[in-house]
Amino acid sequence: MSKLYSGAEIVFKCLEDQDVEFIFGYPGGAVLPIYDELKNHSSIKHILVRHEQGAGHAAEGYARSSGKPGVVLVTSGPGATNVVTALTDAYMDSIPLVCISGQVPTHLIGTDAFQECDTTGITRPCTKHNWLVKDIKELSKTLHEAFRVATTGRPGPVLVDIPKDIQFAKIKYTKPKKEKKSNGKLHNNFSKEEINELVDLIAKAKKPVVYTGGGVINSGPEASESLREFVRMIGFPITSTLQGLGAFPGDDSQFIGMLGMHGTYEANNAMHDCDLLINIGARFDDRITGKIDEFSPKSKKVHIDIDPSSINKIIKVDLAIVGDVNEVLKATVKTISQKKNGFKNSNKQNVSKWWEKIEKWREKNSLGFINSKESIKPQHAVQRLYELTKNQDTFITTEVGQHQMWAAQHYKFNKPNRWMTSGGLGTMGYGLPAAVGVQIAHPDKLVIDIAGEASVLMTMQEMSTAVQYNLPIKIFVLNNQYMGMVRQWQELLHEKNYSESYSEALPDFVKLAEAYGCKGIKADNPDELDLKINEMLDHNGPVIFDCRVDPNENCFPMIPSGKPHNQMILGPNDKEDNKITGKGKALV
Amino acid sequence: MSNPKSAYNIPTKKSKSNTHIIVVWVDNEAGVLARVVGLFSGRGYNIESLAVAEVDAMKNISRITIVTTGTPQVIDQIKLQLKKLVPVHKVADFKREDKNVIFKEMALLKVVGNRSKIDKCLKACKTFNPVILDKTKKSVVIQITALRREIDKMNKKLKSNGLISTSRTGAIAMTRGSEIFK
Repeated sequence: MSKLYSGAEIVFKCLEDQDVEFIFGYPGGAVLPIYDELKNHSSIKHILVRHEQGAGHAAEGYARSSGKPGVVLVTSGPGATNVVTALTDAYMDSIPLVCISGQVPTHLIGTDAFQECDTTGITRPCTKHNWLVKDIKELSKTLHEAFRVATTGRPGPVLVDIPKDIQFAKIKYTKPKKEKKSNGKLHNNFSKEEINELVDLIAKAKKPVVYTGGGVINSGPEASESLREFVRMIGFPITSTLQGLGAFPGDDSQFIGMLGMHGTYEANNAMHDCDLLINIGARFDDRITGKIDEFSPKSKKVHIDIDPSSINKIIKVDLAIVGDVNEVLKATVKTISQKKNGFKNSNKQNVSKWWEKIEKWREKNSLGFINSKESIKPQHAVQRLYELTKNQDTFITTEVGQHQMWAAQHYKFNKPNRWMTSGGLGTMGYGLPAAVGVQIAHPDKLVIDIAGEASVLMTMQEMSTAVQYNLPIKIFVLNNQYMGMVRQWQELLHEKNYSESYSEALPDFVKLAEAYGCKGIKADNPDELDLKINEMLDHNGPVIFDCRVDPNENCFPMIPSGKPHNQMILGPNDKEDNKITGKGKALV
Repeated sequence: MSNPKSAYNIPTKKSKSNTHIIVVWVDNEAGVLARVVGLFSGRGYNIESLAVAEVDAMKNISRITIVTTGTPQVIDQIKLQLKKLVPVHKVADFKREDKNVIFKEMALLKVVGNRSKIDKCLKACKTFNPVILDKTKKSVVIQITALRREIDKMNKKLKSNGLISTSRTGAIAMTRGSEIFK
């Protein structure tokens, strides 16, 4: 007769069989049996956060930078509700998370017991799937299924809610079944004809652009390799969404910068004027498309995505290829290679006029800004940070707002999985805990959270986690004393009525750092910036860097709400004043 | 081609909405109806009627029939989003005008009144397979099966003849002929 295990033991046996090394969590009454079992499983290390939201974001950072699912362990009631923001964030950005939550014992469910909440009800819209395990017999099967759902197809978060009595109940353990890959929820059945059609479109295109997204990153490092091969082979300009940065080298001449609301002039104009648009693993998000009616009006559109529901959701496309990015790109590269008669060369000639046009747009230098000798310009700070860290393998996380866009614009990424930012949900407070997770996955690498002072205060408590586990994360705060993006919108849309966007009574970040037991550095003027950044990089331990920047700087270029790609505001150097008027004001 | 669902789009041209009947085969497990209904409300889709029951006790399969309206793009999204749900096995979609599909709804009508009023009601229901389920001296409960709009019509028409209470199911659907939806 085989051995009986408690539910709590089964949780760990499942985690072991899924090769989980780290769980991010916070104990509480309804998960005590699982926490009690932790000591018996030395291969799994628990990272104690200071707030469950931090656990979720740390797990996201871990997942994004390592390609493995992040695991979160929280208690019932407030433990579960606190993690909802992180689950929603992971859902929007397609990050694989497995969240295990404790629940009150099954006989108390529905009685408004202490720390009871309808966890599966609350998390239903923000997970790919969730389960309430009411029977110990279901536990191991459910946990293995949870990992499968989180990591296959378009990845995403899942939640398994385990009542306390189930954690005590005993049963035999069943190993995960080795399943066949096809389960009806996986979509990799694109056809040879579709690939041929794509290759034909590529051959005919005169003004093409490749637009890549987070799907390339999610498809794994191999997909980035395939993308580079594909794009170099066809010689097309390539732009990327916020989430896709790093899939193609940011300093490559074929890369025309990020597109969208704060994308470059050349990328947005290329999107508008192109005759062939190849979307690889992106979802036509509203930050990208601008005004739908005038989105890329003259182009044939191709959409490569693993999620069939992304196709034709926002933008109707001419050719949809449903499949894993890497598989599709490999097949396409193979097909192009098989075509003879110098297809590659003739194709590059086709687009040479187009490149001339793009170079003209490039000359606008839309990311330019007026630098200052008196105050640190935030863009300058990011540029210096990039120059001083580009020689090592650096991982960047961000919070949400102006600093995030400046980081995306001025920090160049050459490898995938090096850039972790909250795009879909736009969660302020994401970056610091995400940096914790990234550093856990890559203990010897440089991890920097490019932050804003308002965002970072939302999850500042996680500095304690960083100190506890000796995680040398660098929190590079672009401190402009405003919720910068809110202030910018108020300036542009609400007649400079800066309603509640000034950060009154900010803490002294240097002292705050010291209070947490880490190092604080403050930089006030441009002359000392390099020195101070190097001081931060040289310090072997967590640092909060208070970079006091010009409070009035705006993030440009910008496509104002309700405007198409070719009507951008180009910043202080731009002559035409592109005012946001009328209905555009009502948009987000 | 524009979709009114973008934050950027001020809807200018509205494409035409059609009524569709969506049939969903799901695992009959806790919360599955909430998932389907939550998907509709969460994404702003419309539910006109809903009928759900287990149809295969061995395989534990329930069949959900939803009547909805939407532009072709919205209907496509509904189907694709439904297919993404883990407990969903397959999704069928029929246009209301589809001649190859039978749509039926059932209604129970309680009529209170004198003999002549009740007779009038029964007569009016004649074409909708009326069955008398209960009868007293001054009341009757009639079961009819018909299309949604026919029941709507009867519901209005019988008010003056003593109809005091109506209970109706959502529409259910079945294809004609020997074929089944795979």
